[in-house]
Amino acid sequence: MQTQTMTDAMRPPFPAETGAGVYSNKLGMWVFLASDVMFFTALIGSYIVLRFGMSSPWAQPGAVLNVPLTGLNTFLLICSSVSMVKAYAAIADGKKYFLRKVPGKTLQDGGLKFWMLITIICGAGFVGVQMVEYIKLVGHGFTPAGFREGSLLAEHALADPVKYGAGAAGMYGSTFFTMTGFHGFHVTCGVISMLYLYFTKVLPEKYSAQDYRGIEVIGLYWHFVDLVWIILFTIVYLI
Amino acid sequence: MTTPAQPTATHVRPNYMLIWLYLFVMTIAEVLLAFELPVSRNLKLILLLVMAIWKAMLVALYFMHLKFERWRLRVIFLVPLPLAAILVTAVIMEKLR
Repeated sequence: MQTQTMTDAMRPPFPAETGAGVYSNKLGMWVFLASDVMFFTALIGSYIVLRFGMSSPWAQPGAVLNVPLTGLNTFLLICSSVSMVKAYAAIADGKKYFLRKVPGKTLQDGGLKFWMLITIICGAGFVGVQMVEYIKLVGHGFTPAGFREGSLLAEHALADPVKYGAGAAGMYGSTFFTMTGFHGFHVTCGVISMLYLYFTKVLPEKYSAQDYRGIEVIGLYWHFVDLVWIILFTIVYLI
Repeated sequence: MTTPAQPTATHVRPNYMLIWLYLFVMTIAEVLLAFELPVSRNLKLILLLVMAIWKAMLVALYFMHLKFERWRLRVIFLVPLPLAAILVTAVIMEKLR
């Protein structure tokens, strides 16, 4: 009996009342995202300092990296972000279903199950395309250490050292793989988390219009990952 | 019996597909600006950064609903930004020394 009383006393009140006026899961995610802002700032800041502090020119945009392929990836991530927010809107309206016919409309109305699945597919697609990009880049000789000796890119860099940034290839490779790799890791974690939610909460219809905290919290994370990619795409691939 | 926490959605819902269209069009504009348009390098740099920040703000304000959140919550996301600026400036100053 004594143990029971102690347990109850130790249990935090629910829903938690926080200083920010939101439930604790959401506050926790925002605090994590704030820390992640600093993490990516450190990476991007280091990249800027290394790139513009080097005497040798960096490789020109599009010379080494496959911009159309990454453009497709950016499109996938933007689509996944909008499908995530549509999933949020669907469950806020109590739409737990996959697709449902709406009288007077040609297109069926998507529910939480549909939009979450689209988000997972687009997210997994992003990771897949990034893997293909890495495999192709390494195959052409672009590694975290720079251009591999005897590779196609090393030959190009010898012929046109300014366009391919031959003098800064090592720094270019290490910063590129570090930044995009950490972002890819974030996307992978997001996809795994969404898959877990999909099978344990979304399909068994555990979310409702009254409680959809999990969807809102994973949504915040997913949009942040999209936001970071928007900045990375411009800085790494276009500038 | 616990009461489920109600996520606060009392605002008018934004047109998410319109935001998606903005993001899509701006991404195409960025790629065109980077590779096709004959603009000076410095102007290109500024325009590309402005567009990237604009896109990031659209995501933060409308998809993450920061526009509709209370200031107490917005501050959590805004506080690291000046810290981030200080971090980058400090590293640049160290490099320039």
